[in-house]
Amino acid sequence: MGTVRIKPVIQKELLHIRRDPLSLVLLLVLPVFILVLYGYALNFDVKHLSLAVVDLDNSQSSRELVARLTSGEYFDLKYRPEKVSDLDELFDHEKIKIALVLPENFGRDLVSGRGPAVQILLDGTNPTPAQTGLGYLSNILMQYSTNLNLELLNRFGLNKITMPFAVRTRVWYNPELKSSKFLVPGLMAFVLMVIIVLATSLTIVREIEKKTMDQLLLSPLTPAELVVGKIIPYLGLSLIGAVVVLLAGWLLFGVAVKGNYLLLLLVVVIFLFCGLSQGLLISTVASSQLVAFLLSGISTLLPTFILSGFVFPIRNMPPVIQGISGIIPARYFLVCLRAIILKGVGLKAFYREMIFMTAYGLVITFLSLAKLKKSFFR
Amino acid sequence: MTSMSDLVLKIKGLGKSFAGVKALDGVDLEVGRGEFVCLVGPDGAGKTTLIRLICGLEQADRGEIEYFGRQQKKLGSKERVRLGYLSQYFSLYEDLTVEENLDFFSRLYGQARNQELVERLLEFTRMTPFRQRQAGKLSGGMKQKLALACTLVHQPDLLLLDEPTTGVDPVSRRDFWQILFNLQLQGKAILMSTPYLDEAERASRVALIHQGRLLAFETPDNLKKQFAGRVFELITSDPQSWYKRLKSQAVFLDLQLFGDRLHLVVRPEVQVSEIAEFLINQGVKVEHLEEVPPGLENVFIFLINKSGGQN
Repeated sequence: MGTVRIKPVIQKELLHIRRDPLSLVLLLVLPVFILVLYGYALNFDVKHLSLAVVDLDNSQSSRELVARLTSGEYFDLKYRPEKVSDLDELFDHEKIKIALVLPENFGRDLVSGRGPAVQILLDGTNPTPAQTGLGYLSNILMQYSTNLNLELLNRFGLNKITMPFAVRTRVWYNPELKSSKFLVPGLMAFVLMVIIVLATSLTIVREIEKKTMDQLLLSPLTPAELVVGKIIPYLGLSLIGAVVVLLAGWLLFGVAVKGNYLLLLLVVVIFLFCGLSQGLLISTVASSQLVAFLLSGISTLLPTFILSGFVFPIRNMPPVIQGISGIIPARYFLVCLRAIILKGVGLKAFYREMIFMTAYGLVITFLSLAKLKKSFFR
Repeated sequence: MTSMSDLVLKIKGLGKSFAGVKALDGVDLEVGRGEFVCLVGPDGAGKTTLIRLICGLEQADRGEIEYFGRQQKKLGSKERVRLGYLSQYFSLYEDLTVEENLDFFSRLYGQARNQELVERLLEFTRMTPFRQRQAGKLSGGMKQKLALACTLVHQPDLLLLDEPTTGVDPVSRRDFWQILFNLQLQGKAILMSTPYLDEAERASRVALIHQGRLLAFETPDNLKKQFAGRVFELITSDPQSWYKRLKSQAVFLDLQLFGDRLHLVVRPEVQVSEIAEFLINQGVKVEHLEEVPPGLENVFIFLINKSGGQN
């Protein structure tokens, strides 16, 4: 493989890219656009749930409880209907997601220690926010109830009474439990994969479609030189795209890189290599640019979205699907990315994933080379 | 006619089928140094297949191709770089400029950026004023000249040109031919397919292919000598229906329709008066009847009809 002939191929590819502004937009602008779109739309945080309270008691205690509920940012008290039956309409029209019913004589029963029951009603159509909302609400109610107990005991002079043990929670890596911190690295993998495969999948099939391949076949150019010459410029450009995406993730979603930048660069380069090789393989197999476009869409969009662990946890999938997800490079990239960006951990935690991605890229490159050699048959 | 050492290309019994259809059926051909061979034949005759086989872009089912006096199974890399191929389609990068295309191809052939060569080729093909223009924005004739220049960057010894002048305006065509003659004078061998028979008249030798078979391979003059007959040109009203009616008449060796006129091919001993009489007896309203020298077109149609093919 002579390096002499790689350089003209690289320069030719760069000229193509420069003359076709659309490919530049595809590689540099579209990733950020998708990041912004998905970054804001894909949000699993449950906040500001619409709440209705039916306060049949209307005592000092009940009002205090309601005030406690609405002091945080989890619930917005939207309605205070007078009857429980009024809640039906509110749920039916999706005006509220959750409702709390405080019974008559709530305050009096509380003081007399009769242990009144409160009722929580919730809309279970979308289970995730329903569950989260229920969790928040029960938590607040339990705390209130415990505090009342302690207060009561204190009043009887038992001020040394505390709970048997205290719970102190500390969330690691993402203390505010923001879903964007979890999603943005996945989004990066998704965006980069889709864009790179798309951009490279067109390169070789275009030469065939435009009949320029014949002239290349007659020249001394080898398949390896052609492939390397085509990979390098796209690798460079997509690397810039990756940096832009990282910057956008930091500026827009506050996802800063905790770990080593060099390690991050290495992981990104390996992943881009996977994407480039996949694109090249498609390009050697596809019969036209249209087919290449469709193939790259099918082979990247769904797998990297669904099977990479980007949104849905892989361990919850049936074994067969888990097996399929095992050949999706984005899955491994995500492990590395989350480890470096969110956790700031070192190579030890994800070297296996890096080895897999490298192997994937090499195997796929080899396959496309073999396919190309067949058409070169010389 | 050419000595062994001067033989650039020698083809023996070349055959190729596509999905069971014979595209080439036992073709023999040879091209010597400094020779200009024209490949003619109707569409689908196998001209393009032949050229692609010689380039190594397709593989023959049977037969042998000998390049530069050396026989080998496959086109080797040493021989390949001595070929220059111009495909039927415009096969350069349309978004690259004239100069960038030339530069790219010259560097593919291992020549480090060779400004002098690029300049010379631009000059040679009279493309210098258009060097900064994107190839896709050139006219048809200029595109072909650029494509030719690109196939010349590595100074090939054998040029394989597949209908390079199709769709090119007459002025550019003459330009193109001038360039080819200059190359021939430099000792390059040229094998070119063309649908234009006036081009074939100027070739060293003409190969006529029909239905994958080589019907004739001769100098234009020899071809015409082979043609045993006289040609009379007849102008009459409704030549088409007369063509159909007269075709079966034994007097005519062949009957050819050229637009508004008919060419009647007869045996050498037949006189013009006999023909006139015959035509009048048949009821043809003769507007004009005159003997014309046989052209390659007459010869080819004669040969094709003789071989039993339609066209």
